[in-house]
Amino acid sequence: MGTASTVEQASSGRGADLRSRLDPATLLASLGPLLALFLAAAFFAFRTDRFLTGPNLSLVVQQSMVVGVLAIGQTLIILTAGIDLSCGAVMALGGIVMTRLAVNNGVNPLLAMALGIGACAAFGVLNGLLITRIRLPPFIVTLCTLNIAFATTLIYSENQTVNRVPDAQTYLGNTFRIGETSITYSTVLMLLLFVGTWFVLRQTAIGRHVYAVGNNPEAARLTGINTGRLLLLVYATAGLLYGIAALISVGRTGVGDPNAGQTDNLASITAVVLGGTSLFGGRGTILGTLVGVLIVGVFRNGLQLIGVASIYQVLVTGVLVILAVAVDQLARRRNP
Amino acid sequence: MTEPVATPTPVLQARGLVKRYGAVTALDGADFELFPGEILAVIGDNGAGKSTLIKALSGALVPDEGEILLDGQPVRFRTPLDARRQGIETVYQDLAVAPALNIAENLFLGRELRRPGPLGSWFRMLDKRRMRTEANGHMQDLKIGIRSMGQAVETLSGGQRQGVAVARSAAFARHVVIMDEPTAALGVKESHMVLDLIRQVRDRGLPVILISHNMPQVFEVADRVHIQRLGRRVAVVEPRSFGMQDAVAIMTGAMSGERVARS
Repeated sequence: MGTASTVEQASSGRGADLRSRLDPATLLASLGPLLALFLAAAFFAFRTDRFLTGPNLSLVVQQSMVVGVLAIGQTLIILTAGIDLSCGAVMALGGIVMTRLAVNNGVNPLLAMALGIGACAAFGVLNGLLITRIRLPPFIVTLCTLNIAFATTLIYSENQTVNRVPDAQTYLGNTFRIGETSITYSTVLMLLLFVGTWFVLRQTAIGRHVYAVGNNPEAARLTGINTGRLLLLVYATAGLLYGIAALISVGRTGVGDPNAGQTDNLASITAVVLGGTSLFGGRGTILGTLVGVLIVGVFRNGLQLIGVASIYQVLVTGVLVILAVAVDQLARRRNP
Repeated sequence: MTEPVATPTPVLQARGLVKRYGAVTALDGADFELFPGEILAVIGDNGAGKSTLIKALSGALVPDEGEILLDGQPVRFRTPLDARRQGIETVYQDLAVAPALNIAENLFLGRELRRPGPLGSWFRMLDKRRMRTEANGHMQDLKIGIRSMGQAVETLSGGQRQGVAVARSAAFARHVVIMDEPTAALGVKESHMVLDLIRQVRDRGLPVILISHNMPQVFEVADRVHIQRLGRRVAVVEPRSFGMQDAVAIMTGAMSGERVARS
């Protein structure tokens, strides 16, 4: 390895950078989800005229908002090589806490809202503490907190839907119009959260540490990163995001629903995986998750439009996840 | 031990280190000296207290007795981070890098540079360009020919990955680089590349502590060899004037270290 070759190699830096980005496995990982989204959209557009219309696409986005915000938290957790099964149940609890406090106990709606979001964040902290302090596996911890949150919601709400929710709590469900298409404030909020998360993950040290901890926790610890504190922060942030998802859910449906979000944990994991994030941690992008969320939304909406029974949608989702994970696994095997 | 008058102050020194684990005494009054500009190899049989000694020097454990001096000043390391803050960096055998992150990100992991101005202080935005430029400089200093700092570490060979870890230590160490079996996971050719790197680090003025099981490698690169046996330093020899067979004999107890202790 002489000096001459060093200089020669250094001068071709840009080319190598580009080449490594154009590697087939890398391309598939980054463009695959987008391609799948277009294929799915093209398929449904071909099958029914009602799919590719402004109002329907707006509906797809609205149907995707709750899962979208849950999936942001889920992405952060999966990047650290964790998993969160509790997200949907925690969100339902947050929604019930904020609406019930306001409606049944006459708490100021904004304070109730903050308490509902706080309850979700508290569950995030609980998950984080159990995982980092007692070193329990995330799968087991969140499976248990899923049940705890679910049961708490039903007990606290007496399995009653909370109606006549104050306007302050459904504000995010209001719309404004751009041309023919009406857009809810929730959509804007969701997109802002995606952009904010993208910034933190790509452009800040904490973001890079999230990847490092998922990729090689021992190496991260040896470079002086406080991995326990970082994981706790990730789970707490995810809980906070579930609280915001609860607010969006209340805004969309106008009620506090104790049975909200029951399939959303799998839906959010599906979106993250379809978006190209590795379940083994350390690899993936938040914008991929946004695409994954839209794929899930397009399938839900499209299958409904062409009249496929909802149980087939569940079946298709299962197949999709296995396909996405298999692609991830094969790409890793070729490029260890 | 009476030191010759001309001897410079050791960069890193330990006196009478003791570490007990229940009934087992891992360090039994161990001494240690590392002088400026040298590669000091530490060898010893399993259970000689070699890794306990290195852990004490790198802050991974706190000795029960004895003292550690850095540039002649007593220091106490409670964690590896303490040692790092004092300018002692460690390279581990198991390639402690994050494979999916790129070279620049690995070099600056945990010590990222932020942009100047409000982008850095308010938005905590990383200065990626500066980290890549500086990473490239550090890699060039050690003559590691890698094309792009934006390349993921997983695309590198094992030797090149260890090169990234060595470059990281050399870039941030102010006093000492400790290399804990840096070639254990590597093939012959790659090991030689890493041995070259160790010499480069020394030639740039940083003393290196090399822990290795591989005697030919030790005798190839080390300036002095610290031989550890039964929790103590039994001899320090110079490979230029001392045979490998004899060093192994001292290490295993077949030959007494007393005769050569001050060679």
